[in-house]
Amino acid sequence: MAEQKIYFGNLKPKRGTIHIDKNRCKGCGFCVEYCPRDVLELSEEYNQKGYHPPHVKDEPNCCYCQLCEAICPEFALFVTLKEEEEEEEGEKSESRP
Amino acid sequence: MTKDVERFEPKNPMEDFLRMDRIPHIWCSGCGIGVVLTSFVDALRKSEIDLNKVAVVSGIGCTGRVAGYVKLDSYHSTHGRAIPFATGLKLGNPELQVVVFSGDGDLVGIGGNHFVHAARRNMDILVICVNNFNYAMTGGQVAATSPLNANLSTAPYGNFEYPFSLPYLADACGATYVARWTCLHIRRVTMSIQEAFQRKGFRFIEVIAPCVTLYARRNRLGDGLNLLKYYHDNSEIRHGADTRTLDIGYQGKMIVGKFVDREKPPFLECMNTHLKKVLGDKYVPYGEQP
Amino acid sequence: MKKVKADPKGVLTGAHYMDGDFAIAEGALAAGCRFFAGYPITPSTETAERFVERIPFVGGVFIQMEDEIASVTALIGASWAGKKAMTVTSGPGFSLMMENIGLAAMMEAPIVIANVQRGGPSTGLPTLVGQQDMMQVRWGSHGDYKIIALSPDSPQECFDLTIQAFNLSETYRVPTFIMTDECVGHMHEKVVIPPADKIEVVERKWYEGPKDKYLPYKPDKDMIPFMVKAGDGYRFHTTGLTHDERGYPVINAECQDWCVRHLNDKITKNADKIIKYEEEQTDHAEVVVVSYGITSRVAYRAVQLARKAGIKVGTLRLITVWPFPEKRIKALAQKVKAFVVPEINYGQMVLEVERAAAGKAPAIHVPHCGGGVHNPEDVFSVIKEAAK
Repeated sequence: MAEQKIYFGNLKPKRGTIHIDKNRCKGCGFCVEYCPRDVLELSEEYNQKGYHPPHVKDEPNCCYCQLCEAICPEFALFVTLKEEEEEEEGEKSESRP
Repeated sequence: MTKDVERFEPKNPMEDFLRMDRIPHIWCSGCGIGVVLTSFVDALRKSEIDLNKVAVVSGIGCTGRVAGYVKLDSYHSTHGRAIPFATGLKLGNPELQVVVFSGDGDLVGIGGNHFVHAARRNMDILVICVNNFNYAMTGGQVAATSPLNANLSTAPYGNFEYPFSLPYLADACGATYVARWTCLHIRRVTMSIQEAFQRKGFRFIEVIAPCVTLYARRNRLGDGLNLLKYYHDNSEIRHGADTRTLDIGYQGKMIVGKFVDREKPPFLECMNTHLKKVLGDKYVPYGEQP
Repeated sequence: MKKVKADPKGVLTGAHYMDGDFAIAEGALAAGCRFFAGYPITPSTETAERFVERIPFVGGVFIQMEDEIASVTALIGASWAGKKAMTVTSGPGFSLMMENIGLAAMMEAPIVIANVQRGGPSTGLPTLVGQQDMMQVRWGSHGDYKIIALSPDSPQECFDLTIQAFNLSETYRVPTFIMTDECVGHMHEKVVIPPADKIEVVERKWYEGPKDKYLPYKPDKDMIPFMVKAGDGYRFHTTGLTHDERGYPVINAECQDWCVRHLNDKITKNADKIIKYEEEQTDHAEVVVVSYGITSRVAYRAVQLARKAGIKVGTLRLITVWPFPEKRIKALAQKVKAFVVPEINYGQMVLEVERAAAGKAPAIHVPHCGGGVHNPEDVFSVIKEAAK
């Protein structure tokens, strides 16, 4: 797991979980190209249409920018905010507003 | 791991705005129309507009299929006639927020006359024109926006006709809000649409999008990614630029941004104000919005 | 659909001296039309001018569009916004409207179009009478569809039949046409407009069920689907492509079969309720004169002459021209020697009479190519020949 960066005391960067509908993908590659953190890459598998859908190669690096969701022409991708599962003792973790 | 195990199966938030029984859509791999539609849906979501009062009208063509995919009151009319259809809708029910979503061939080719007059009258509609520089649905014929020297199926030796500069046309006809973006400027397209929802009058947003199967293939420009890279490298944001300077040469520089944003009373307001002034109390006002 | 009394705001009750064009505008206002999108064309412009003068005091919209194509398309939009919508035109504009008349037929949008016919083809005789668009109104747009067309013979009928046209259009969700001509349009006569509570107006079949169960093109028992309007939260889709009950385009032969049959059968199967004609002395007639519009008035003079000469002549005046009253013509064809069909064209409705007569009686055409009305003597001589 990548190093958890902490800003200004308790602020932590947002993390996202990427949901990919593999069968909707038409392999255009926009999401892979434009992800600012290189979280996605085209997979080796084929989907129903014969395209290579993307898969998440570096999930901890996803910063919930939702650019892949916005640029996908097929409505195949969306990102949900990963809630922090653990809390530091005594300290509350806050996400950047 | 691509899916989190959560308490409920998360749904793509766009699904509330789309007719999921008709997805997947017909657009090609790498086509920009899906991206523009995503930006539009994002704008609908962010502007918290009453979805029951939004009506989408489109014409014929690839972009014209947008009406079929949005879960709103949507109308798929005849080629070039989306704007008069929208005029009738808006005048018939002035509470509606009418959006015309159509392509460059449909709106300024066959529909040119209607475009000019609706802008002149300042009809209160929002027109989103997806410009892929050709008539894509019918096989990539030359359009009124095709750049000089591009290769198209009815200009197989290169296009020698001058194209339109759409923001210039819209500005000259009297539109109150004119903007141009490429589909790569996803967030800015969304912002423009949100801004346009807040305005009144004839609002025009041109979004340049790749046409992989036809325009790009015939001109050996690569696929969607290659065209997006071209947009990335060659688009320059210049808000408020003079609309006379916005021509796009073949694979040339594209100036994008918001060029016109002015206040001008729309058609119904003009009608009501004028007739009230001339006819006094006997006039029965129509469609006055608070 | 509901039958209601007319909105008194639009009814100019009283006895008036006005021309057919004005009467059409008054009829529209009385029927509840509150949206008019038009384009000027002789000899129909007066209707638009009358409407725009009156509508500010009634409450509605008049917009002069950039061409006839925009006019008819705006009507369809306004119809989907819930308004009763109308336009008026003549030959050249009518030709321009054809594609979108097809769209209205396909989308089942109620609109009313009046065609004040003039001499054609092309620019033709802009200021003189013709009846040359009678086949075009039926077959003008591409594809298989059916429409309803009415033919008034006087300014009074212009008023009455305009209200009828709106009622029929709303009942059957079909583009309905008022086929007058320049003569009736520009003729000044007495028009009596009754009080609003004596005028019956039809509201379209509005859907009132649960929103998520709405199917825009599911036919009801009477073959007409329920309609909604934009902005009410039904979020429906409708298209000019061949569509199924949901309004979604389905591009295959089965859906096309369903669609085409539906669009046509809803008129054919209800034809008996729609068709209207005026018959006189046809029971023992040797010759029946079939006519419509201004020609029926001229033909009546010829019929009087023929009766004086001892010929047993009956008249059949078409009030609904489409759907055509084939059953009546077929029945008459068994008994009469011939049909005489005077029209101000080179042979249009006579073809329908001939078809309906199915060889049992000849249909003799009395042509007049336009620019004036028939000379009653000419029609009389044809009747004489036919009676032999």
